[in-house]
Amino acid sequence: MSARGTTAPVPSAPGSKALPTGARTTAVNDPRSTVSRLSAENVTLAYDQRVIAEQLSVEIPDHSFTVIVGPNACGKSTLLRALSRMLRPAEGRVLLDGQVIQSMPAKKVARTLGLLPQSSIAPDGITVGDLVGRGRYPHQGILRQWSAEDERVVRESMERTGIARLAERYVDELSGGQRQRVWIAMALAQQTPLLLLDEPTTYLDIQHQIDVLDLCAELHEEQGRTLVAVLHDLNHAARYATHLVALREGRVVAQGAPGDIVTAELVEEVFGLRCQVIEDPETGTPLVVPAARKARSGAGKGGAAEAPGKAGAAEGAEEASAVATEAS
Amino acid sequence: MKTAHPSRTAHSPRTARSPRTAHSPRTAHSSRTERPPRTARAVRTPGGLSLRVDVRAFTVVVLLALAALAASVLLIGTGDFPISSSDVLRALVGQGKPGQDFIVRDLRLPRVLVGLLVGACLGLGGALFQSVARNPLGSPDVLGLSQGASAGALVVIVLSSGGATAVTLGALAGGLVTGLAIYFLAWKQGVHGYRLVLVGIGVNAVVTAVNGYLITKADFVDAARAVVWMSGSLNGRDWTQVRPLLVLGAVLLPLVLANARGLRMLEMGDDTAYALGVRVERVRLLLMGSAVLLTAAATAAAGPVSFVALTAPQLARRLTRSPGPNLVPSLCMGAALLVVADWASQRVFGADQLPVGVVTGALGGVYLLWLLVTERRKGRI
Repeated sequence: MSARGTTAPVPSAPGSKALPTGARTTAVNDPRSTVSRLSAENVTLAYDQRVIAEQLSVEIPDHSFTVIVGPNACGKSTLLRALSRMLRPAEGRVLLDGQVIQSMPAKKVARTLGLLPQSSIAPDGITVGDLVGRGRYPHQGILRQWSAEDERVVRESMERTGIARLAERYVDELSGGQRQRVWIAMALAQQTPLLLLDEPTTYLDIQHQIDVLDLCAELHEEQGRTLVAVLHDLNHAARYATHLVALREGRVVAQGAPGDIVTAELVEEVFGLRCQVIEDPETGTPLVVPAARKARSGAGKGGAAEAPGKAGAAEGAEEASAVATEAS
Repeated sequence: MKTAHPSRTAHSPRTARSPRTAHSPRTAHSSRTERPPRTARAVRTPGGLSLRVDVRAFTVVVLLALAALAASVLLIGTGDFPISSSDVLRALVGQGKPGQDFIVRDLRLPRVLVGLLVGACLGLGGALFQSVARNPLGSPDVLGLSQGASAGALVVIVLSSGGATAVTLGALAGGLVTGLAIYFLAWKQGVHGYRLVLVGIGVNAVVTAVNGYLITKADFVDAARAVVWMSGSLNGRDWTQVRPLLVLGAVLLPLVLANARGLRMLEMGDDTAYALGVRVERVRLLLMGSAVLLTAAATAAAGPVSFVALTAPQLARRLTRSPGPNLVPSLCMGAALLVVADWASQRVFGADQLPVGVVTGALGGVYLLWLLVTERRKGRI
């Protein structure tokens, strides 16, 4: 096994990056999370009578690229909706700059916090430039419909997202990846220090997924914007996030830097998936490799033996599951 | 004051959109879709005021308004006692021949004004509803609002044999009740386009049945009056219909236009509009309420003139080629359509032979079929 690909699958393994279970509680109290413009305090989130999360508290560290992960229906999109004041918490409150977000004027919030929702509709026959320009709405009024500033910001947003040359094209004739860039450009034109993205990579091909995430990373690094994204792909999350929040059944299981919290046992606990966590050969961030089918189906040593070269890994995974079982 | 181009700087002539550009993004920019130069202009003052004017839409509005006024003059001159256009204009400014003055200003002018106002209300109401529903089928006549207003009028005609004012009030009440019913039946975490259209079609069916029942229960005279009223006609309309429409328009038009920018954002979906700082529920309720009032008032004044609300916004949009609700172009288009339809029916069938609602219905029905076919092709139905 190459040095690069050193596996660190289990807590007990020497030199493991993974932390013991106890470390996760310290991760929750990560000192970096104490400064934050956006936070949810003991919120209970529900649609009609269906409660998604109770007593949930999350702080978004300033200038972080926070990624929320978790299995389907764990409440990650719901949390994002609450943070962007689209869902009013049944209990608790969401604070933006120390104020309850619902009590703030809608346009003021929209100048501070942008959101890229999962479903947006491009109106028929709208051009890219027009759509991006609509992101300026919170900065405009009846007597201030299209200032020179609006024009400049729109142009910059399109240049930054690499769609300037598409400005005259109709949105409905673009590819999915281009279209997502257009929507991101619109959110950028809103010029908010905080930007929330609800599954921005869904329905995109792999190259466009990476494309969009690279763009997010650039926005975060070069402009110091605080980004909060819900992502499905744990490996993407581990690679791009500076702060990871793992949700399961409406509560935070772990949060912190991906390198600190992504372990095989965490993945097992959150997703119910046996795996090993290795170092990403490209970035050194944690890389989640699901255990082989036979190992997962509990075939035991036999399954591991049938995966030559991965025997250690499979054993590791089993040990991890054993630890997890003990823990629970 | 200076005039500046907005963000769109590169202009190029237009070619047809090919499927290839739609499906191969890598090559798309090389075979770049060409289009007519965009016509939006920003007008700015040193004080920080800026207005955005779409020159093409503005031109369309001016031309449609002129067309509506020209058709109005022709319509005033049409009838059992034909008057030339120049005489009509002279009579309108009070310098006509004595006999013509009375015919033009007291008999025919109010009727034409009702036509213009009803068309404008229907065009604007239709544009609002279609925009909120995000669906060209989400128009008041498809949703059953016109039928609802008719039901209100029929109740008054059949049950109490009420006069013109009572019928008007009945129609208003019927329209409002129907609007409320549709809103509450379609409401769930905000009104959604498809649910609104489907609920509206259901409501339309129920109210149409009620109307049929009311007519069967009416005596002969009332039933005849009801049937004439229900075909949508401008016959015998006078100043008592003009004034309420004018007042309503004066109140609602500024309200609607002040919220037009929010409506434009709503077209991108509730979540996006919300994220941009639009008070989604408030804007939508306000605009739907205005649209219901406009439609009900128009129906109260002229009966259910069918399909103007459905067609006017779509025709206006095809002329302006601009996305967005196209509120003022739709308003002008509605007014022009109705007056032209009335003039056409009088020219072809003779004075007051055919109610204008029958003409708009025949034209609009063809348009609806075309719309259904193209929507189906786009995979939206």
